[in-house]
Amino acid sequence: MDFQLNEEQQMLQDTVARLVRGEYSFEKRLTFSETEAGFSVDFWKQLSDLGLTAVSFPEELGGFGGGGVEIQSVMTELGRGLCLEPYLQSVVFGGGLINQAGNDSQKEAWLSGIASGELQAAVALQEPQSFYDLNDVQTRAEKKDGGFVLNGHKAVVIGGHCAELIVVSARTSGDARDANGISLFALNPDTAGIERRVYPTIDGSKGCDITLRNVQVGANALLGEEGGASEIIEYQAGRAIAALCAEAVGVMDVANELTLDYLKQRKQFGVPIGKFQVLQHRMVDMMSELEQARSMSILAASVADEEQSNERRRVLSAAKNVIGRSGQFISEQGIQSHGGIGMTWEYNFAHYAKRLIMINHQLGDDDFHLERYAFLLQAS
Amino acid sequence: MNINYTPEELAFRDDVRAFLDQALPADIAAKVKGFRHLTKEDHQRWQQILCKQGWYATHWPEEYGGVKWTPVQKHIWDEESCHYGVPRSVPFGVNMVAPVIIKFGNEEQKQTYLPRILSGEDWWCQGYSEPGAGSDLASLKTRAVREGDHYVVNGQKTWTTLGQYANMIFCLVRTNTEVKAQEGISFLLIDMNTPGITVRPIITLDGEHEVNEVFFQDVKVPVENRVGEEDKGWTYAKFLLTYERTGLAGIGLSKAALSHLKHLASRCIKNGHPLIEDTSFSQRIAKVEIDLTAATISNLRIIAAVEGGGMPGAESSMLKVKGTEIRQAINDLARRAIGPYAIPLVEEELNLDYEGEFLSDENAAPLSAQYFNNRKLSIFGGSNEIQKNIVSKMILGL
Repeated sequence: MDFQLNEEQQMLQDTVARLVRGEYSFEKRLTFSETEAGFSVDFWKQLSDLGLTAVSFPEELGGFGGGGVEIQSVMTELGRGLCLEPYLQSVVFGGGLINQAGNDSQKEAWLSGIASGELQAAVALQEPQSFYDLNDVQTRAEKKDGGFVLNGHKAVVIGGHCAELIVVSARTSGDARDANGISLFALNPDTAGIERRVYPTIDGSKGCDITLRNVQVGANALLGEEGGASEIIEYQAGRAIAALCAEAVGVMDVANELTLDYLKQRKQFGVPIGKFQVLQHRMVDMMSELEQARSMSILAASVADEEQSNERRRVLSAAKNVIGRSGQFISEQGIQSHGGIGMTWEYNFAHYAKRLIMINHQLGDDDFHLERYAFLLQAS
Repeated sequence: MNINYTPEELAFRDDVRAFLDQALPADIAAKVKGFRHLTKEDHQRWQQILCKQGWYATHWPEEYGGVKWTPVQKHIWDEESCHYGVPRSVPFGVNMVAPVIIKFGNEEQKQTYLPRILSGEDWWCQGYSEPGAGSDLASLKTRAVREGDHYVVNGQKTWTTLGQYANMIFCLVRTNTEVKAQEGISFLLIDMNTPGITVRPIITLDGEHEVNEVFFQDVKVPVENRVGEEDKGWTYAKFLLTYERTGLAGIGLSKAALSHLKHLASRCIKNGHPLIEDTSFSQRIAKVEIDLTAATISNLRIIAAVEGGGMPGAESSMLKVKGTEIRQAINDLARRAIGPYAIPLVEEELNLDYEGEFLSDENAAPLSAQYFNNRKLSIFGGSNEIQKNIVSKMILGL
């Protein structure tokens, strides 16, 4: 058994780490966040120039054929920098959906662009009523003139505000919440009838809600088999969950480093506050939570690209549950250990805390995954 | 034992309700209930209404314009006003500096400042914490040096809530460096318009401007602005902190937040059904409601003890810890209830006049920001760790 990264994986992680350290200071991040894109276009280009946006794609598409561990290495470092770039949305999730569902010409049309970073994709799977259930799809796609007409509303599409390709789920048959009857479409957001309501997110990124009104697309917009997207969505959401867990570990790493530094530096009653036992034990708890999270992130990465099974489903839900809980613990207790300073905009800790809480709201929070895990337990 | 209100207390509650029914402006109540921010004008408008009713200064003797309520009556007022969406009085003038002036100030200070607090002419803020003096407040360094008939003040205060609106600040300053930390502190009343004072905003993680830093550079403060004796300020400060601690448990606010949460959970959808029908979520709500019930009774026990002539002691520290944990748990659930919609920051919907389409539930916009903002509850007014120190020392003798 070996928990060490191999030489190539270590090099990959070091490359991202160096880039983030050099280019992504806290101050710079605040300015990136305020741009129209909500991230650094330059940094995105640097990631792609180094081939990092191609890591997870097959070699024939210009990729490295990397798997869960490679994505984990990249995402953890992006997490450490609180990076705002759409790596998860475009490369991991959007690219993953097209790679699994798309036919050869679709892959050729879009995947090389995504892999090279030139084409930015986003995924629009949630809806206002869906909560975290990706089978709860009310958006409809009806056949017309050899293509489809889409109507509906997609919710909280992170990175969707500036994406050039949006992968949308829509129902071609079946009732609300049926697994069967969901189809995937790749949409150009400039298509008539697509309206985006853009907003910043509380953790410094940007996103949008999307209204689809009689959006006409050709048959070539359909990704994969009509009505058969549910399993693909679930599988790729699983890969995205593993990636999010890895990001969270990077965020928690820095959050704990900052808190520990503060406990050593901040003096009250004539001593560093880290001399108080109540804060020592809390810091130990924060560290244990982080290590639990790291273990689950490793486990999630190891199954991310395995064939689908109930075991894979269970592991991914377990990981997301642990990450949600440990993230909230570290966020809240880190703020508490800092006192008021931990709540200020000017100090980076608060931004790490916010990201951790928001990761819990992406692809299902700890409650959602606890329920799902329990359901799978009963099913086995 | 009878844990119910007396007929007189029930009659008082009816009076309170009748008053709030007719006097509380609907727009202000809507802001409070929807967790929107109040303007300075909102606060002042409501203060005028309360003053006219004679119900503004509930901690003051009647001779200065106060109202003589029993602890139970104050509690009834607190409960009802949270339920109705009454703005919390900004406490620094009426509930904090005024009791200090009444107890320790001279006649001239009483005549000068108390009427101006009632009329709303003065807006006070608090100059206690410093960058290096938080939990260890007595280590404060802001220096006041006596020069003839005035002090010259140099230093910095921080976490000054709503200092951007204030024209007066009460400050703890060091007047003697030769003695023990607690023995060299004085209590000064300072006009914020004095040359040498700079107020700088602190933006919190939710993007809001609620607190400030206040800098003092060679600020001349007349000696007559000192309350009580020189170097005895720590005694007055501690007296004031007991007032600050009263009500920090926020039981009434938790009740209002809980009812808001239930309303929200009846509107949010999960699996095609209202979230409130979801077993795990409704159990989470149930648990926090049960905790709140217990804390409500604990609060009443403390109030009844005070009514009987006792002093609120370290028990109120215990209640502050429980009460703030409960409120934070409610905020956590409200954020969870809106699922993915916790992520967007839709600032335009924070404005009560917003007439556009709501992104999701009309109550959703402030919830994440409020969750983050209310992490302060376990930090301010003496952090929960400090409260536990008080309990372990004063009650347990550890």
